[in-house]
Amino acid sequence: MRAVIVAITVLLTSSLALFGQQAPPSVPAAQNAAAPQSEAAKIKTLEDRVAALEAQVTALTAALTASSGAAAPAPAQQPAQPAQPGAAQPAEAQAAAAGAPSYPTPDNTTLGGATGQAKALNPDISVIGDFIGDAGHNPYSAFPSMSMHEAEVAFQSVVDPYARADFFLSFGEEGVNLEEGYLTLTALPHSFVAKVGKMRAAFGKVNTLHNHVLPWADRPLMTYNLVGGEDGINDAGVSVQRILPAPKWLFLEGTAQMFRGDSADVFTAPNKNDLSVVGHLRGYHDLTDNTNIDLGFSYSRGHNDSVPDGQNITNLYGVDATLRWKPLQRAIYHSFIARAEAVWSEREELDFERKAFGWYTSADYQLGRRWFVGGRYDWSDHQRNSAHDSGGSFILTYLPSEFAQIRGQYRNTRYGMFANVPGETPGSNINPFRTNELLMQVQFAIGAHGAHPF
Amino acid sequence: MTQAIKRTIFFLALTIAFTLVASPIAEAKKLNIMTSTTDLAALTQEVGGDKVDVESIARGYQDPHFVEAKPSFLLKLRRADLLVVVGLDLEIGWLPPLITQSGNPKIQPGGAGYLDASQFAEILEKPSGQVSRAMGDVHPLGNPHYWLDPSNGRRIAQGIAEKLSQMDPGDRAYFTQRLDDFNKRLAEAEKRWDSEMAPFKGRKVVTYHKSWPNFAKRFDLNVVEYIEPRPGIPPSPSHTLQLIAQMKRDNVKTILVEPYFDLKTPNSVASATGAKVVVMLPSVGGTPDVTNYFQLFDHDMKLLVDAFNATK
Repeated sequence: MRAVIVAITVLLTSSLALFGQQAPPSVPAAQNAAAPQSEAAKIKTLEDRVAALEAQVTALTAALTASSGAAAPAPAQQPAQPAQPGAAQPAEAQAAAAGAPSYPTPDNTTLGGATGQAKALNPDISVIGDFIGDAGHNPYSAFPSMSMHEAEVAFQSVVDPYARADFFLSFGEEGVNLEEGYLTLTALPHSFVAKVGKMRAAFGKVNTLHNHVLPWADRPLMTYNLVGGEDGINDAGVSVQRILPAPKWLFLEGTAQMFRGDSADVFTAPNKNDLSVVGHLRGYHDLTDNTNIDLGFSYSRGHNDSVPDGQNITNLYGVDATLRWKPLQRAIYHSFIARAEAVWSEREELDFERKAFGWYTSADYQLGRRWFVGGRYDWSDHQRNSAHDSGGSFILTYLPSEFAQIRGQYRNTRYGMFANVPGETPGSNINPFRTNELLMQVQFAIGAHGAHPF
Repeated sequence: MTQAIKRTIFFLALTIAFTLVASPIAEAKKLNIMTSTTDLAALTQEVGGDKVDVESIARGYQDPHFVEAKPSFLLKLRRADLLVVVGLDLEIGWLPPLITQSGNPKIQPGGAGYLDASQFAEILEKPSGQVSRAMGDVHPLGNPHYWLDPSNGRRIAQGIAEKLSQMDPGDRAYFTQRLDDFNKRLAEAEKRWDSEMAPFKGRKVVTYHKSWPNFAKRFDLNVVEYIEPRPGIPPSPSHTLQLIAQMKRDNVKTILVEPYFDLKTPNSVASATGAKVVVMLPSVGGTPDVTNYFQLFDHDMKLLVDAFNATK
């Protein structure tokens, strides 16, 4: 920019200097008898010079616009036609003269939106606060009576023409955790999309979701019991996904992921080679403009901690189904989502393989622009013993605006537990432990948070 | 090599095999164009004629702020040569993940097949000074509903024609000719619209959302207030009472509502003030009979003129 301004200045100055040098020869002519004529000639020369300079300035401005790209506000003149300062007006004049209706563009109109100069090359930054209160007696609950459960800080931006980066840092009350941080390669051949970094694995639906997009304050029992709890299968590695060939009515996508092998209490990797893998196949179909169905099959495999050397394997199989309804013309007022997800776990232990199963189903209905009501049923085996838990929730959510939400959740859980209850033999099934709780959640977002995948 | 790695390699090989099977069949000559909204599709169609296949992601009767990023759109975006967007963060809630997941390098922002139409248009309501969400869902880059001024329609069409000519230089003459034809028809239509609106210059109206600044400026309407207390914030009782008082005081008799908003509040305001509610279309395709850029204005003008006449 500055270079161009300097160039223009130099050009103008040198032109004037040149003009100054050329002027003297015309002075003697002016002293002759034909003085008025030479005055006119002089003015003509000046006019010509001005026209030439105008042309140069237009050309330079056009070059400047071209080089600075679309971000710069376009100059008033048509940049595509440099060095023709007078050409546009005669054309319009002709059109007007020919009687054709003409609505010329006002020349002083600034085109284009405001340029977000303030944030120039900074990434989009946002913070999402998640406050959870938990009333009721439940020794197994993940939530204390009140907690600033999470502050998710996101930095998101394009890296270069071939990639973008997304970072999600989860600040708890006591520590920081890189929830996700990955590079997405968007310009790979053959429509591949690859990710490198730490990410939530594409195992089922709920495992991929951040806390603030969940329709509940907590996560299903299945997640806590079989898929690593709140963090879930979340590990460092690489991911490749691609839309697969399928009939026109079907969207089919395959994802293959390879991770280091450390994910909460699901997978551990005592050896460098103890990698874990995740595969996901997703089918999606629009039943109508308003209704669609989404099916997923997931597989994951990694080493578990049943023996210290990590020789034992855990296999996880998952199925998920989502039915969505949203009337397009009243999209902001009404919607309905039903989900169900099931996970089978096969965990090699010291001398046998322990099988476990868990599932949940939930439904959410949007009553109006700001109100959502929902319910969820949970059932899940424990991964490491023969007991199982079950429970149900009723959820009411209110959104003062797009950027805040208040949620109440009544949760009833039946824990089929044993070991942590004082006075009982570890590993034995005892009478279930029933809890009733009221969860209160307040979530609020500031800054520019990028949209989440559907 | 562990079993895990073997398995992963198997998965990858499988995916690559699928890819090769799916290699695109020889492309037809037509440019494959996706737009975020129907208005951009309509303008692209005007210029591109039968040299292009155009489809919009959003429907004309949908709120363009809240479109679902359905995976079925990925199937179309994946094959697009060009993606034309409104920009100014209008689509920020749904388009970026679609673009990222499309696996189509051409339509990534900054790519040769990504065209932000806002660069060609006159943008109003660019906020100056501090911008915060206390103002509601403001658009820091300016009001994105800019296509509702025919002058901007003309500018966008020219920008699209230039882009199409770059992508398909062999048909430059064809696109230029179609652009000229479009401009001529638009100029004639503007004469008609101007004369239709001439008796109502300076009429005071209330609109639901800030969708109409360009339209109001072009056709000399005076938007005095909004049903929404702030952009994107649903109507509140206190604001509605104030609005009714103001409409009575200023004698405002027309309420413009976009087809995707609930009519409850506008209707109750109308019955309290004797005003008329007009469901104006902000986009082509808002009703099935509005299929191009001209019909959009014809349709809206007719509704407006009828409403203005009915309320003196």
